[in-house]
Order: sequence, then structure tokens, then C-alpha cells
Amino acid sequence: MKLLTHNMLSSNIKGVTNGFPLLIEVEKVIEKPVDFNPDFLKNMFLKVDWKALVDASRSLGYAELPEETPESSAIDSDDFLRKFHHALLELHLEEGALVCPETERKFPVTKGIPNMLLHEDEV
Amino acid sequence: MHNRGSNKISSRIAQIRLVSSHPEVYEPCDDSFALVDALLADRSNLLEHRPTLCMEVGCGSGYVIASLALMLGEEVPGVQYIATDTNPNAVEVTRETLKAHGVHAELINTDIASGLEKRLAGLIDVMVVNPPYVPTPEDEVGRVGIASAWAGGENGRRVIDKIFPIADKLLSDRGWLYMVTLTTNNPSQICLQMREKGYASRIIVQRSTEEESLHIIKFWRDFGIKPDAKENVTVNKTAPARVLDTLLSQVHRLSLKKSGNSNSS
Repeated sequence: MKLLTHNMLSSNIKGVTNGFPLLIEVEKVIEKPVDFNPDFLKNMFLKVDWKALVDASRSLGYAELPEETPESSAIDSDDFLRKFHHALLELHLEEGALVCPETERKFPVTKGIPNMLLHEDEV
Repeated sequence: MHNRGSNKISSRIAQIRLVSSHPEVYEPCDDSFALVDALLADRSNLLEHRPTLCMEVGCGSGYVIASLALMLGEEVPGVQYIATDTNPNAVEVTRETLKAHGVHAELINTDIASGLEKRLAGLIDVMVVNPPYVPTPEDEVGRVGIASAWAGGENGRRVIDKIFPIADKLLSDRGWLYMVTLTTNNPSQICLQMREKGYASRIIVQRSTEEESLHIIKFWRDFGIKPDAKENVTVNKTAPARVLDTLLSQVHRLSLKKSGNSNSS
């Protein structure tokens, strides 16, 4: 699971109002290179929740992203884009769990695939 | 029969021999091939469209999402692919299929887009769906296991009707939706209902057997401007394998199978 996906996932449990972002329990992280594409990154920059991305990347062991939400001019910086690229697309949570911030319910992540299936009482 | 994945086809699609399988996962069938053929037919439009995020709902074996990733491949760099399936075996099979073809998609084991809807709203540029469209008794819909791949309830519309509002939410302003339907699903009515939501539609591929027709429909938001003006309807003659027969044979195969994987040729 890339952090792009993590940034798009929220707790789908019935009644939860504060389901984003999911907390991350890490068991295994891997890095897979992805071709650097500034257009894609500039596109996604507007849509990504920055704090969620920074916190998630730190829990995966990557501390290069600035904490404060960058100005839009940041995307003109190659150095910034490369760090953004690495965090968003190249870090993978292979094994672990995503945790609902409100209920603490765990959604397991196995072989990079999050399981967001709900039990009957959660729908 | 098509020579699937042959070198003669100028753009790559998934190869059956590289598609992984599992007894509880829907194997690529006429409907999967028709959907991929529709995407191939629309490929030049897709390349020009330069999608950012592409998504498949109900990825099954991974045949379609792998094919999409391969056919857009190097010519649309920087696309990210997402695929979901409610069947945990299907996401695992898809993972293997993607790996075998050297392509990647983010996979989530979830019901349609549950968990993604809030954050992914308005971000999907291309969505592809081969839904459970077979008319079945209502209580067969949404059961755990392979039957969820085809059980569509009354007129085969139960899951299709559930998917449309979600697709409407996820699709960007320039989002395109490709969906597989049967004549039984009443595609004209579907297109009318979608028109009321602001979508234009076009049948890209139609494949007929003696009993049924598959219609691969493309939907896009119509703000009074049509994205592609060319007419591009191909009508294929009777497929060698009957659509419902191949589906029923998968049911039969499942009941005969005790354990282990079936090997696709």
C-alpha cells in the first residue's frame, strides 16, 4: 500500500465521523522505485492531505517531508518534488494495519493490500 | 477465437497464461475480453485523455486492470491504478497477475469503494467495471465467494445500481466510466437514468450470442460538449462460447473442484 492510497482511505465504520487519517501500525515496509513524474505530482499535490502524508511517512521511517504544509510554489522545486514523490509513491506498507482513529478498530494490511471489509455490526 | 496477447496486437494486454487463478475467483471470460476490447477500441482517446487515476471496481483475476495498465503503459506515464474487490481471494489473485505482467496497481479489499469514497471523490479519470450482472434470486447477491462475481439479483441490476451513484461521486469532471452490461440489464434504461445525472453514453462494443448480448457502455459527463465526436461502434458476430454457458460452466467447475487452483491455459 502506497501512502497515496493511505491518503485516500478513511474509516468506513458506521457512525464514525472522524475516520481520517487512519493510523498506521508498521510490521514491514518496503521501497519500490517508481518513475518520477512531475505532472502527476503537481496534480496530486492539491489533493493530498499534507499532515496525513507527513505523519504516515514518518511512521514508515521517512522524515524528509516538511511538517508545515508547503506553499504552492514548493512544486517548482525539484528537490521538494522528489521527496514528495518518494513519500507518496515509493514507500509501501507491506504488512501491518490501519487503525480507525475513532474506534481503534484495525484494518489489516497483508502483502500490501488493506482489508477494509466490515463486519455485519459495523455496516 | 482471438489470439489474446499476441505480438500482432500493437498494444499489449494481459496474457491468459500469466493470469493467476483460484477456485473462488472469476476467470477471464467473454465479458472480460469484451471490456478489454472496448478499452483497446478507445485507446487513442484514452491516451489523449491522459488520465491521472484509473480504477477498476471488481478486479477478479486482474485481467482487466493489468490489460489497462499495459495498454496505457509507457505512453501515459505517471498514471496510478487502483483496483478493488470484495473477495479477498480476488485481490490476491490480481496481485499475482499484476506482478506476472510487470505492472502495478494499488489493491484494496473492500465493497465497491467503501473507505475510499470520501477522499477519492472527484479524482477518478477512468473507471472500469465488469459487475455481477446475471439475473439471480435476490438472496444470492453479495454472498461470500465466487458467486458474488455474477449474482446480480432482479434483472441483474442490484449491484450495477449500487455502483452508479458511487461512480458518480468518484469520477472527476472529465471522468470516463466503462461498464459491462447484458441486454437483460436494460442498458437503454441505464443510459437514460445516467443522462438524467448528466452523463452521455455510447456503446463501444457489442457482442451477441443466440441468447444474450453484452454491451460495453462508456459514460462521460456531458456539459453540452462531447469529448469524442467519432462514432466507434463495433458489432461482433456470435462468440464461439456462449456468455451464459461460460458462466454456468464456471459454476459447474466450482462444484466439481475439491481443492487447488485451476490452471488457465
